[in-house]
Amino acid sequence: MIREFGTALRMMFLMTLLLGGLYPVLMTGAAEAMFPAAASGSLIERDGRVVGSELIAQKFTQEGFFWPRPSAVDFNPLPSGGSNLSPVAKQLRERWSERRALFAGRDDVPQELLFASASGLDPHLSPAGALFQVPRVARARGVAEERLKQLVRDHTEGPQWGFLGESRVNVLKLNLALLDLLSERNP
Amino acid sequence: MKPTDLFELALFLVLLTALTPPLGAYLHRLFRDTEPVGGPAGAALERFFYRFSEVRPGQGMNWRQYAGALMVFNLLGVLVVFLFQLWQHALPLNPAGLPAVSWHSALNTAVSFVTNTNWQGYAGETTMSHLTQMMALTVQNFVSAATGLAVAVVVARGIARKNTRDLGNFWVDLVRGVLFLLLPASVILGLVLVGEGVVQNFSAATAATTLEGVTQTIPLGPAASQIAIKMLGTNGGGFFNANAAHPFENPTPLSNFLQMLAIFVIPAALTSMYGRMTGSRRHGWVIFGVMAFLFAAFTFLSLWSESVVNPLFGTGSLMEGKETRFGVFNSILFSIVTTAASCGAVNAMHASLSPLSGGLALLNMQLGEVIFGGVGAGLYGMFLFILLTVFLAGLMVGRTPEYLGKKIEAAEMRWVILAIVAPSAMILLGTAISVLTPAGLSSLANGGPHGLSEILYAFTSAAANNGSAFAGLNANTVYYNLMLAAAMFVGRFAVILPVLAIAGGLAAKKQSPSSAGSFEVDTGLFAVLLTGVILIVGGLTFFPVMSLGPIVEHFLLLRGQSF
Repeated sequence: MIREFGTALRMMFLMTLLLGGLYPVLMTGAAEAMFPAAASGSLIERDGRVVGSELIAQKFTQEGFFWPRPSAVDFNPLPSGGSNLSPVAKQLRERWSERRALFAGRDDVPQELLFASASGLDPHLSPAGALFQVPRVARARGVAEERLKQLVRDHTEGPQWGFLGESRVNVLKLNLALLDLLSERNP
Repeated sequence: MKPTDLFELALFLVLLTALTPPLGAYLHRLFRDTEPVGGPAGAALERFFYRFSEVRPGQGMNWRQYAGALMVFNLLGVLVVFLFQLWQHALPLNPAGLPAVSWHSALNTAVSFVTNTNWQGYAGETTMSHLTQMMALTVQNFVSAATGLAVAVVVARGIARKNTRDLGNFWVDLVRGVLFLLLPASVILGLVLVGEGVVQNFSAATAATTLEGVTQTIPLGPAASQIAIKMLGTNGGGFFNANAAHPFENPTPLSNFLQMLAIFVIPAALTSMYGRMTGSRRHGWVIFGVMAFLFAAFTFLSLWSESVVNPLFGTGSLMEGKETRFGVFNSILFSIVTTAASCGAVNAMHASLSPLSGGLALLNMQLGEVIFGGVGAGLYGMFLFILLTVFLAGLMVGRTPEYLGKKIEAAEMRWVILAIVAPSAMILLGTAISVLTPAGLSSLANGGPHGLSEILYAFTSAAANNGSAFAGLNANTVYYNLMLAAAMFVGRFAVILPVLAIAGGLAAKKQSPSSAGSFEVDTGLFAVLLTGVILIVGGLTFFPVMSLGPIVEHFLLLRGQSF
């Protein structure tokens, strides 16, 4: 048994060195060489400043922006998470009603805008969820709705490889494109 | 469900089936003998491991020696992971300056990662330093999977060998599993995942100024290297709190598809390896078939249940706790994959699934994690049910049960019953104690039957070594950290030790030639019997408690009742 303990100790040492040290270090080197942007968080810079990550939803409350899905962690990634409320929870029903009120109690709100995402950081909306917000954004920005609808369509990704997952619009990229559109109009 | 969803499911099953024979053949070669497989460099690395650790690779072990080596290595693992967390504040690679983890959380996490459960009472991005994630957690992601793999290999040797006590060498099986299977596979998967957007760096969190002028702190770290093995090793412990729902862990539908496939691929291939090693490939396919059938059946049941209209909201398929890029279909499919295999990664919050979909995730675990199951654990768990089936069939016709030429006797059956009953007892007793004590009840987040489900889910996930959660339950308390650590430990080793004992007993027996009276285990009839035994044992054990949790919640939901 004592001999086994010595072997276990040495084995653990080597495994830790290989799997806990060498492996993640070499993977980081390879990842940064092959996919530098993705490896470091798909960050988006504007005028030399990091304005966010393509993959992490950020909070939008102004009428003139497209809003992402509700977040149980209020878009603070430390830490991420969902509400973990059961589908029969009173609290879920209350939050749902509050969120509906944000859209003037309309009955046709796409349901992803009324329910919090799993990560609290869902960067996407369905095309319907983005198009639904076009009238509000158009009014706030004084832009023709048709221009914004086109913008949403331009930023819609279909299912990956044609069959994987859902159609979606990246909210941060859509809002950045919106700002670009506005600055073209009023240079 | 869109037509493309059906296509995705079909492709998933086709790829899984197609990968099973070649990977099974490779595993067979890897564990049949000790010939080097990794070329000259691989062989040199393997030899270095043995020389440094003073292992004599040719020396076989009997089951007690094998169990002893396995336990010493695993207990040492608990100690190492525990100490890394307690000292992380004083160690390097802690850019966020995170403090030491509390002793009870550290103990829970140590047991959790060593037992391949990866239950997480903590939130990764606000608790663990980069060093702890790498040197403690990532390492156990590999070696706990390799431990399960080794036990499955020993089971196959127990059948294949005769009149011997030699079951192979634990250290050799461990090293070969890590070096020639898990590590190379993780490198490939990890890099593909980075290509899809998974982060891999040593940076501290980045501060971004959002378009509305607010500061958002975005945590980073060496995630891809851990996530690859988290899936391939059916570990499931997330780098971030939201696990595979976090866009940095699972950024695209493709990364999601690959992660689901990675969870199942090794457990599926083990059925093929088992068939090859025991000389009955058809038997391997029968096991695969039973697993695939239960998986497909549960997937469709769960898809139906999720679509049931919830009168509180006037619609079914709620998006609460789901991500847009995955939608309802990929969230449900993932929930079945991750609980059928004892992975426990989640891409949607299981607590917010419809009552019966959450219930099916629970049931998957309660059946003993044998629907593909954990790496190794799925096969040796299924092995226990196979012996039970063979035994029952033997009783029905009044013959001494025989399995692939080995007589199954009272000694084996005692171990089988112990290994099947022990995890179930931990689940039911742990849940019962928790609903009767203030310490157990004070962590609840949801009222009504969902509260019971939260506690039941925690003990089920722990004892079945799954690791997923109804995460409303605040499990980071002294009470739950210790209770669940005990459940994880018993759920792992009260199965592994009996399985090793059975394998030892079987290897020592002679191989009796099959006769006209032998019970065939490579037929459809056997598949039906085996499926029946799995469902009946699980049903009898858990139907009462399930009817008080998910089932009653389903009927209350239909009436529009809320809590």
